[in-house]
Amino acid sequence: MWKTILRRILIMIPEVIILSILVFLLAKAMPGDPFTGSINPKADPAQLHHLMKMNGLYDPWYQQYWNWVVHLFHGNLGNSYQYQEPVTRLIGSRAVNTLWLALFTTILTYCFALPMGMYAAKHEGKLPDSIIRIYTYVTYCIPFFVILVIGVWIFGYVLGWFPTTGSISSTAASGLPSIGSRFYHILLPGVLGALFGTVNVVQYLRSEVIDAKRSDYVRTARSKGVPEKDIYKHHIFRNSLLPIAAFAGYSITGLLNGSLFTETVFSYPGMGLLFINSISYRDYTVITALVLIYGILNLLGTLLSDIILSIVDPRIRIQ
Amino acid sequence: MGSNSEFLNIKDVSTAFKINGKYYDAISHINLEVHHDEILAIVGESGCGKSTLATTIMGLHDPEETKINGEVDFEGTDLLKLDENGYNQFRGAKIGMIFQDPLSALNPLKKIEDQISEVMNYHTDFTSEQKHQRVLELLDEVGIVNPKRTARQFPHELSGGMRQRVIIAIAIACKPDLIIADEPTTALDVTIQAQILDVLRNIQKENHAGIILITHDLGVVAETADRVAVMYAGQIVEEGSVEQIFNTPKHPYTRSLLRSMPQLDKENDDLYVIKGNVPSLQKMPHDGDRFAPRIPWLPADAHEKEPAMHELEAGHIVRCTCYKTFKFPDEQGGATA
Repeated sequence: MWKTILRRILIMIPEVIILSILVFLLAKAMPGDPFTGSINPKADPAQLHHLMKMNGLYDPWYQQYWNWVVHLFHGNLGNSYQYQEPVTRLIGSRAVNTLWLALFTTILTYCFALPMGMYAAKHEGKLPDSIIRIYTYVTYCIPFFVILVIGVWIFGYVLGWFPTTGSISSTAASGLPSIGSRFYHILLPGVLGALFGTVNVVQYLRSEVIDAKRSDYVRTARSKGVPEKDIYKHHIFRNSLLPIAAFAGYSITGLLNGSLFTETVFSYPGMGLLFINSISYRDYTVITALVLIYGILNLLGTLLSDIILSIVDPRIRIQ
Repeated sequence: MGSNSEFLNIKDVSTAFKINGKYYDAISHINLEVHHDEILAIVGESGCGKSTLATTIMGLHDPEETKINGEVDFEGTDLLKLDENGYNQFRGAKIGMIFQDPLSALNPLKKIEDQISEVMNYHTDFTSEQKHQRVLELLDEVGIVNPKRTARQFPHELSGGMRQRVIIAIAIACKPDLIIADEPTTALDVTIQAQILDVLRNIQKENHAGIILITHDLGVVAETADRVAVMYAGQIVEEGSVEQIFNTPKHPYTRSLLRSMPQLDKENDDLYVIKGNVPSLQKMPHDGDRFAPRIPWLPADAHEKEPAMHELEAGHIVRCTCYKTFKFPDEQGGATA
């Protein structure tokens, strides 16, 4: 078990190195520079060159990469050109916001999707199944940002039930009220994300349960005289949840990357919004740091999925 | 329990499956008895309804997709009239079933011990210690060398033969009176096959159980069974003791089956092939001899209009009178095909 995990982690090292080179080169390949837009247009071009040179932007790419990696190991991701703030601090505060939103959305998604998938599969081909299937397809077909914009408009502006910007009310006192205020701010985006993000889990679980229902081992269980209720509990659901559990690892990282829309529409100060902004400002240091973090998160997600799978599925365990 | 006491009486059972909204008979008007201390073999080609008969007795059909008529009298209870809960008192407890494919018949995520003791959870009030002892005892009984180790393993860690032994252990855990073995050796190689059949025979002797052995392998039948029922296209066409069926087969189908069996001691390599296929459910003929299209050289008037069962001698019954005139094309006096 531990050996499997250790081996998986060792495999990740070359993956991370390749990822970091790619990320760095891609960021460099972007047109534009971080200063042109932010200084006086009448400024002397020589001054701009001087700035670029000072920041090492004329060095060969491998040297820039090397400097970047050395700094990286010192926990220094550089300064944001735009915010004039260390990237680590900049990302750190936003990562917490994104993490809350992602966790909340994930948990809520599973709360909606698991019962729906099971119920649909149990009543396969009947009315509830059709309703759930149509629901998942419809929610899948509508672009998510449309939902978000409509959601903000109805519940935020028209009804005024939920805040439409930020992650915490500026007037909230520290302690319990601040937690409450944070929760209040992620409630609407979280619920919308969960209600409209069920399709994967529902459809996956539904087909797994239907397969399991017809499997030979379920027939064996029936021939043992196990009541239907227990067959579902001990055999069908347990076996069907297995791939879903593995899927959870990916889906958390998926949400961390996928918060772009939500954070933009809700002006929620998370990593997604930071990412969009830093791209439009050519804020290289922030972009590279974020893409690297997303990449590593994805690797961790697959690792997490593998670990979950090896815990729940005896066939995966390697001695 | 006398050796002749019949305890399972299948009376006029038909099972029809719903296909595109219409019901089609998979087995029709089956009559069979099973006695204690006997192995009744049901033989026939694929698609002739053997497994349907087994799953009908076990009540494993989805009631919305199937229509079952007749009576399955098991020790005085008509199983077909029971609801799910009532049926569950019989399944696993008084009737054990062994399935064809040991690779998929065990839950991949449960330990062997849990899968065997599960059946005892519902039919015994053993303590967990008693269940554990019984599991080890059963594994030993079905010929597993290291029961303690196997009990802790998962199905994927076992070979096909071992898995089939585990399935047998599950089927016999509560000492059922009836064991239905649906092609228990088909997925196994020949050496394992013999061992599994031995296990089955020993269990039968010990428990005085009756066994329904479903197979298409006549070698297995000759070796194991006491009585044989030959099925074709959802009907029983001939029934008798092993000696009667193998020494004096009557029905053209039985004779064709026996003739298409490879004989290792004969030089002639050409196997007899029964022409055509078992008709599909939708195309099943409903009047006349269902086997007639596959022996076209026999004149139509040789068959009965509505083939009935005729008892030739004690216990030996055959459907239709066509056996009287039936000859293979290459036999003396036979018509040319």
